[in-house]
Amino acid sequence: MDASLSWIKALVPGLNPASDQEFMDRMTLTGSKGEGYHRLDHNLDRIVTGQVKEVKPHPDASKLVICQVDVGESNGGVCQIVTGAPNVAEGQKVIVVLDGGKVAGGHDGGPLPEEGIPIKAGKLRGVDSCGMMCSIEELGSSRDYYPEAPEGGIYILPEDAPVGGDPLELLGLHDTIFSYEITSNRVDCYSILGIAREAAATYELPFVPPEVTVTESEQKSSDYASVEVVDADLCTRYCARIVTDVTISDSPAWMQHRLASCGIRPINNFVDITNYVMLEYGQPMHAFDLDTIAGHRIVVQRAQDGDSFVTLDGQERKLDRDVLMICDGEKQIGIAGIMGGENSMITEHAHTVLFEAACFNGPNIRKSAKRIGLRTDASGFFEKGLDPANAEAAINRACQLVTELGCGKVAQGILEAGAPLPQPKRIALDVDRINGILGTDIGKEEMIGYLAQVEVPYDAATNEFVIPSFRQDLNGLCDIAEEVARFYGYDRIPSTLPAGSDVTGGITFSMRIEDKAREVAQFCGFSEGYCYSFESPKVFDRLRMAEDAPERQAIRISNPLGEDFSLMRTQTLNGMLTSLGTNYKRRNKSVRLFEIGNIYLPKALPLTDYPDERKQLTLGFYVSDRNDGDFFEMKGVVEEFLSQLGFAVEKLVYDRGTRPYLHPGRQAEVSHGDVRLGFLGEIHPLVAEEYGIGARAYVAVLDLPAIEETASFDRVYQGLARFPAVSRDISMVVPRDVTAGQIERIIRQRGGKILESLLLFDIYEGEQIREGFKSMAYALSFRDPAKTLEDADVNATMKKILNGLQDLNIELRS
Amino acid sequence: MMNEKLKEIQERALREIRETQGLEALNDIRVAMLGKKGALTELLKGMKDVAPEERPRVGQMVNEVRAQIEQALEENRKRMEEAVLTQKLAAETIDVTLPARRNRVGHLHPNTLALNELKRIFIGMGYEVVDGPEIEKDYYNFEALNIPADHPAKDEQDTFYIYGDMLLRTQTSSMQIHEMEKGRLPIKMVAPGRVFRADEVDATHSPVFHQVEGLVVDEGITFADLKGTLAEFARQFFGPETKVKFRPHHFPFTEPSAELDVTCFKCGGKGCRFCKGEGWVEILGCGVVHPHVLEMAHIDPQKYQGFAFGFGLERITLFKYEIDDMRLLYENDSRFLEQF
Repeated sequence: MDASLSWIKALVPGLNPASDQEFMDRMTLTGSKGEGYHRLDHNLDRIVTGQVKEVKPHPDASKLVICQVDVGESNGGVCQIVTGAPNVAEGQKVIVVLDGGKVAGGHDGGPLPEEGIPIKAGKLRGVDSCGMMCSIEELGSSRDYYPEAPEGGIYILPEDAPVGGDPLELLGLHDTIFSYEITSNRVDCYSILGIAREAAATYELPFVPPEVTVTESEQKSSDYASVEVVDADLCTRYCARIVTDVTISDSPAWMQHRLASCGIRPINNFVDITNYVMLEYGQPMHAFDLDTIAGHRIVVQRAQDGDSFVTLDGQERKLDRDVLMICDGEKQIGIAGIMGGENSMITEHAHTVLFEAACFNGPNIRKSAKRIGLRTDASGFFEKGLDPANAEAAINRACQLVTELGCGKVAQGILEAGAPLPQPKRIALDVDRINGILGTDIGKEEMIGYLAQVEVPYDAATNEFVIPSFRQDLNGLCDIAEEVARFYGYDRIPSTLPAGSDVTGGITFSMRIEDKAREVAQFCGFSEGYCYSFESPKVFDRLRMAEDAPERQAIRISNPLGEDFSLMRTQTLNGMLTSLGTNYKRRNKSVRLFEIGNIYLPKALPLTDYPDERKQLTLGFYVSDRNDGDFFEMKGVVEEFLSQLGFAVEKLVYDRGTRPYLHPGRQAEVSHGDVRLGFLGEIHPLVAEEYGIGARAYVAVLDLPAIEETASFDRVYQGLARFPAVSRDISMVVPRDVTAGQIERIIRQRGGKILESLLLFDIYEGEQIREGFKSMAYALSFRDPAKTLEDADVNATMKKILNGLQDLNIELRS
Repeated sequence: MMNEKLKEIQERALREIRETQGLEALNDIRVAMLGKKGALTELLKGMKDVAPEERPRVGQMVNEVRAQIEQALEENRKRMEEAVLTQKLAAETIDVTLPARRNRVGHLHPNTLALNELKRIFIGMGYEVVDGPEIEKDYYNFEALNIPADHPAKDEQDTFYIYGDMLLRTQTSSMQIHEMEKGRLPIKMVAPGRVFRADEVDATHSPVFHQVEGLVVDEGITFADLKGTLAEFARQFFGPETKVKFRPHHFPFTEPSAELDVTCFKCGGKGCRFCKGEGWVEILGCGVVHPHVLEMAHIDPQKYQGFAFGFGLERITLFKYEIDDMRLLYENDSRFLEQF
């Protein structure tokens, strides 16, 4: 919402802020947030009214003339200015920028330079010129807002403009336009009156809105037309007034300047009046040429599916039965609240005009505008949900302006249809409760005073505030509390800390696990990445997943930013591999990443209830250097993490996996008891290639909810060993397909309680070992916490172990 | 006679010890003087020729000489060993300016770092950290927050919809309702989490981002408590000199509502490129919980009052670490991550 300071001042006569910034700051602190401002006379300096006394040709340039311009005694009297303006003539009053002054832009109306354009005396083709005569573009504006300005020439002032005076004053350029961020609850502030009311309350000054009186002719509106609302759910109120003996012409300069200051282009008096009232009252209006309205009847009703309609911009629009239309006795003449029709627009030949001011259903207008693809200034107002009482006030104001401008006669009476206006709401004043909400000690009279400033009267008889219809946002005591707080000043409310009950802060168990994951990953050299939660349906193919892979059962967003962001992820590898690929392409070395984020697994599709959101710890790295690690490096990180969470590493089971995106011979599923914790492995070379990773890459994905079932931060001191350990080595020749896991399981099972540890210290395959076999050697350590072990105890256990190993066709080497 | 010989041995031994180089030569001297066939031992063999009454005196003299020689030997041995060690250490000198060999520790994401700081402060003030669903029901994301079906605020938020009333939450405010529905009072919670809005990606927008919601519900909670709590937070997070400014604003689920500006923590309020010359930076929205919201969550608004606030985490992260493009947060370039 833009509003010029001069317009606000006209409604708040005593307003005289110390500076533009001060005005914006104070308005912001009472709730009308200023988003910036710009002075219309920014970069305009040493500009005066001059009169052209003499125009002579330039001796060396056919397109230039030499002018003698009187700029007034105080500015040095007559000065010589050379110009190329084609429309300059003797006797004209013109806008002159003197030597050392500044203008805002060039004559071509291009973008305005930040610092303006300085003007200095100099020579033009050898002739002295001590200033410049200005076009409207050079003043930083345009013919859109000053339609009387000539095209491609200097601006000519009215004949009565005093020489040496201030032309910017005449043009209304000594003004500042403020932009406000209006919150959706304050519909009333999308109007000059609303902003002015707030400004008056902010500065504790009287608010003087226009006094509206309509001078009516002998004619009766009802003799000219009738109005009827068929679909009352979409139109709570419809007001129309008739103006006869219409003269279409330009509106006066003051009105044009105010429209221009709000960025609205003047067109003609009737269009300008509707726009002026829209800005002033926040109530869009429409003007129909009554002669084009069949049967002189207005009927407000829904369109039919499949209808089409040409709006006054000449575009054909497709309609449906949820679009409300303004119709006449025969046809549609406007899309309610959005845009009028080409068939009923007023032209310069109009004799009789029907003004419309209505209150349409906000959400319906919003949705219709969206469906039709036509958002207008008017629909922007209506979709906020307007005050139904405002329609009458606005239409009367418009008619008052018609009389003031002398451009028509207003017929008697308003043609009205729709629901009766509701009674004003009443909210009981509870001073203690308001102070209880705010934590303040504000007196009753003070509260009543703040509300009175914004035109909310207090009824002492009932101890109630009577809420004016334009304050649709005031519905309960908490809303009154905010009004009090705004004008008491948020900054004056004390700062305290909650006194109430003691509560202990902390984080959840799952968050402790996530924190531990971050800690371990970090100390293992992994940096944390964040990935999107939604991705492309193509990822399943990129990851070589089967057509019936369960991961393909993904939740789909119905209005995604694009197909590539349409599925909620059911796996985290796409994000990790994309990130690794990005790093690889940028030639980053030794990159290790981890991510903690959700996957979203639907219980059923389409989704009608909460899905299973499972946090995953995903780790990944690629091998850009020989020290970057391998499968077992990743396995080490997994075990480090799990052991930090209290898992016994020897109880983790690694089974060979069959995931299609991993190297078939280098992947493992990790589980603990019956619980699957995740997987790890080398990325399949075709998948790596797909993601632009030109090196071996390893990933691990751990399902944190599964881990949480077993994880524990409890620890119990196990004591330090007091009796010596006995160590034994086993050296063996093992069939190639027997895994270390199998061997270790046997050693553990048979080693019993006295087996303290086992360590693979040698593994070899190749020369000296026969085909199909490998040599492996383990160091075993035995200890009994209660006594010194005898050789005999250890020997018996070793025999059990060795017998078990022989069952796997393992040969012992001496 | 014995005396003279003794004196001669003593002088010779001390001289040789003094002149000798190396530990081995020193040992030779020990053997030559004090060994079984050494000079002193030989001399003792001549004791039988000494008059018996002289023997104790001569014996004492021999012992003294022996002690002197042994002492000299020991002193010299220590000196030589020290010299050898000094030489060895000198040879082992390294260039301490050569590059370090580091155990490469990874880096946490700047969002996580900022969030950890936030959590630390609020936990210190007695807040519980909670989390909840990212795929949410319309009721929790909108309706229970006083945003009914046709409310314009719903359009403003560019919601991603899934099916029926399921959607991607647009705000962590949904966690206020989940927490209140647990029926445990008082409530003091912060809920950090991921939220989604249909914004095209650019330097300041991301369709995926994070918020941190705060909620306190108890008897007698006031707007003044909200001010005090957030001012305390701002001082702890942005520095003790930080000033705060509460501006009236509107949120459907709080009334009165406010936005909080803090003095720019880069320039201290003088105005710089980070605060666009304003001296102030907007960091969050907040307000007193709307009584209708409490009612819908089955909390008696006559008895209980509360306040709520919500941050954009990325907004704080970008400011705190002077990051000029939000896209960097989701690219995961190691050269970016390793700067934190």
